Amino acid sequence: MFMPNKLEADVLIIGSGLAGLRAAIEAASVDNSIQVVVLTKVHAMRSHSVAYAGGTAAVLYPEEGDSFDLHAFDTVKGSDYLGDQDAIELMVRIAPQEILRLEHWGMPWSRRPDGRIAQRPFGGHSFDRACFAADKTGLYVMQTLYNTTHKYDNIEIFHEWYVTSLLVEDGEFKGVTAIDMKNGEFYAFEAKAGIIATGGAGRLYSFTTYGHSATADGLAMAYRAGIPLKDMEFIQFHPTGLVPQGILISEAARGEGGYLRNNKGERFMKDYAPQKMELAPRDIVSRAMMKEILEGRGFPGPNGLDYVHLDLTHLAEEVIDEKLTEIKMIAIKFGGIDPTKEPIPVRPVAHYTMGGIHTDVYGRTDIRGLFAAGEAACVSVHGANRLGCNSTMECLVYGYLTGKQAAEYVKEKSKSDPSSELILTEERRIFDGILRGGNGEDPYLIKKELQNTMSKYAYVFRDGEGLSEALKRVRELRQRFGTGRVMDKSREFNQNLINVLEIDMMLDVAEVVLVSAIARTESRGAHYRLDYPKRDDVNWLKHTLAYKTVDGPRLEYIPVRITKWPPAERKY
Amino acid sequence: MSVDKEIEVRFKIFRFNPKIEFAPSWQEYKVKVNRSTTVLDALLKIKEEQDPTLAIRYSCRQAVCGSCGMMINDKQMLACFTRVLELGSDVIKVAPLKNYRIIKDLVTDFNELFQKEKQVKPYIIRHDLEELLSPTGTYKQTEDELLRYIQFADCIECGMCNSACPVSATDPLYLGPMILNRAYRFISDPRDLGFEQRLKVIDSEHGCWRCHFAASCSAVCPKGVDPAKAIQLLRRALVKKAILGISSSKKVELIPMEHIKGKLELPRGWR
Repeated sequence: MFMPNKLEADVLIIGSGLAGLRAAIEAASVDNSIQVVVLTKVHAMRSHSVAYAGGTAAVLYPEEGDSFDLHAFDTVKGSDYLGDQDAIELMVRIAPQEILRLEHWGMPWSRRPDGRIAQRPFGGHSFDRACFAADKTGLYVMQTLYNTTHKYDNIEIFHEWYVTSLLVEDGEFKGVTAIDMKNGEFYAFEAKAGIIATGGAGRLYSFTTYGHSATADGLAMAYRAGIPLKDMEFIQFHPTGLVPQGILISEAARGEGGYLRNNKGERFMKDYAPQKMELAPRDIVSRAMMKEILEGRGFPGPNGLDYVHLDLTHLAEEVIDEKLTEIKMIAIKFGGIDPTKEPIPVRPVAHYTMGGIHTDVYGRTDIRGLFAAGEAACVSVHGANRLGCNSTMECLVYGYLTGKQAAEYVKEKSKSDPSSELILTEERRIFDGILRGGNGEDPYLIKKELQNTMSKYAYVFRDGEGLSEALKRVRELRQRFGTGRVMDKSREFNQNLINVLEIDMMLDVAEVVLVSAIARTESRGAHYRLDYPKRDDVNWLKHTLAYKTVDGPRLEYIPVRITKWPPAERKY
Repeated sequence: MSVDKEIEVRFKIFRFNPKIEFAPSWQEYKVKVNRSTTVLDALLKIKEEQDPTLAIRYSCRQAVCGSCGMMINDKQMLACFTRVLELGSDVIKVAPLKNYRIIKDLVTDFNELFQKEKQVKPYIIRHDLEELLSPTGTYKQTEDELLRYIQFADCIECGMCNSACPVSATDPLYLGPMILNRAYRFISDPRDLGFEQRLKVIDSEHGCWRCHFAASCSAVCPKGVDPAKAIQLLRRALVKKAILGISSSKKVELIPMEHIKGKLELPRGWR
């Protein structure tokens, strides 16, 4: 009889970015008898949170005019009124504590001359409230959190373990199945509580700021376990992706005074957001850029990646050398451009998944014992469009909230074992069905076609016809993918197998994005329909929930929670 | 931007699965690259279009996650941070980082290094434990104080310094430049009070005195960190303590922030 390898934890966290590591620290600090495990498919410190440059938003100086209400309102307005206001109010209140905790744990926040934490302007925020550490904020925050996990003997990190499914029975979370990539061993990892913190779905697109690891695994696993994915039609396209690689040129470049120019040298944002100009929210800037490009005022780029210019040449060299060092490095090394002398070629780029695993205001899913936090979750605090510096704030706040709740939950919870049938089915699916058997076309070709399809039809501007064409193609790709074909038959570090499992997950999530986007016949935030160019609060002030069925996603809708700010026209 | 010309180059790649093979081998691939193709791009092109069995560790592709350190033409380099054509060679030789156990092909085992790192307590050590978890303000830190340690905080743990270090090559117990640098990053932070607690490990025969000052660690660092300098500064701190009998007694001012107070009621369990 098949006996799976078994391991146990109290709180099991999937993913080691900001949200995952923050949750681990919080859960471990509640009580040192609680065993906390982090499973991560990369080395923990290499999660893509390291790449964020800009900062983390929080109200630090109310005596200078900022306030929780102002931060919350900016976020609500930025979300195009789709964000849940009770959650937003909760988040902005906790945010300053998180900034200070990090500060106490060693975070090298940039400082004011008096030794307090400095803040800078960021798009869509009406007060300078972005805490930052030069332009390597993400690296330092990740380092601070990863280092701090070492303080706790009750945190164990399993580097390069790939989680393949959630073990859920009777509406209760019981653990996960996972592969230890080093030797290919399959495990059932049993736990009383789980937190999904696996990040977003950016690799659904070919031109993207995300690292290669952002393949939407956690979203697909939750969806397959019966949890709905919420608001997946809302994908943020950041205005300034470096052409052709897609590497992010942080909003800090515009925060420090950078201009966007078309091929006539004009600062075209004057026609779209005369007040905020380059610092309007991302959806608005991205649409403006694409309009310029589509109307012939861009520059021709390779593989159809036409672009506009991000001009920093008028900034003092000290500003670039001291505050934008990483941007300078990226421009020189990857673009072959010295930004003090030449403008940088940029174009809107897939950057953030506003949607995600449906949770309540505290990060709880519909499954008892299972939480989701960070970009993988959709609370929703970002609604239809996220403001810069609010995502990392969400990761910290919801890492804290879910870590704390998970720890409290396991204290009162006795363990219930998952059935071995559930584990065995997953083991057979992967090892008999895919690794030893397996059929279908070249999975890497499928991935490339998937990314090209999404980039073409589900980008900044969308319409019903294009989205339907994309859905047809994605469903064909699903057929052609088969079970997934693996060429590498070895056990040790079988990345080929992992890639196939990832692409399988991406196909599921892409279908949800498209079905949700086709259904939403309005334009709101990052979801802009050329055939329905207006926001429609009468019919669409509601969240999409997509449930998995054998016939594809089934959609339901739930209302937006409004506390203080009734929907109004969004002008910048 | 003009359309880039593609050039075919040859890659000679180290292949080895120590679990099932007796000895490593070299495999050759031809791949088309242009001006902006990095070594990582080329390796992924090989993996996705020619040979899916090739194992490579990679993630961010923008030189900040530290995954893809490897030997490129016999030098420690990040594959994503090296453009193929800037190497100026017709044949590009790619092998796993030296001084690490090989898991498969270009993928090396970092677990030992990560375990060893814990010995130096790589985190802020303070005695105001309540304040650490429930902050009431910010510790004051001037730009000058920050500059004392920030360079050493730029480490992305790619592990290339340890791979280049001649001492790490011969003494498996040596802490090595990456970990000693990390230790100094905390010791030089005015907020940290853990110097004494780290002494035993740093001031040992496998600690900072073991360094020969070859400085090859600093030469290969892709982020401009200077671990060799960190090790020298660690030694200075130890000597100062031995001679003067004092370690730095640091005092940090807490600037209170009123508005962050307030208790949070969280739900218990499930509805």
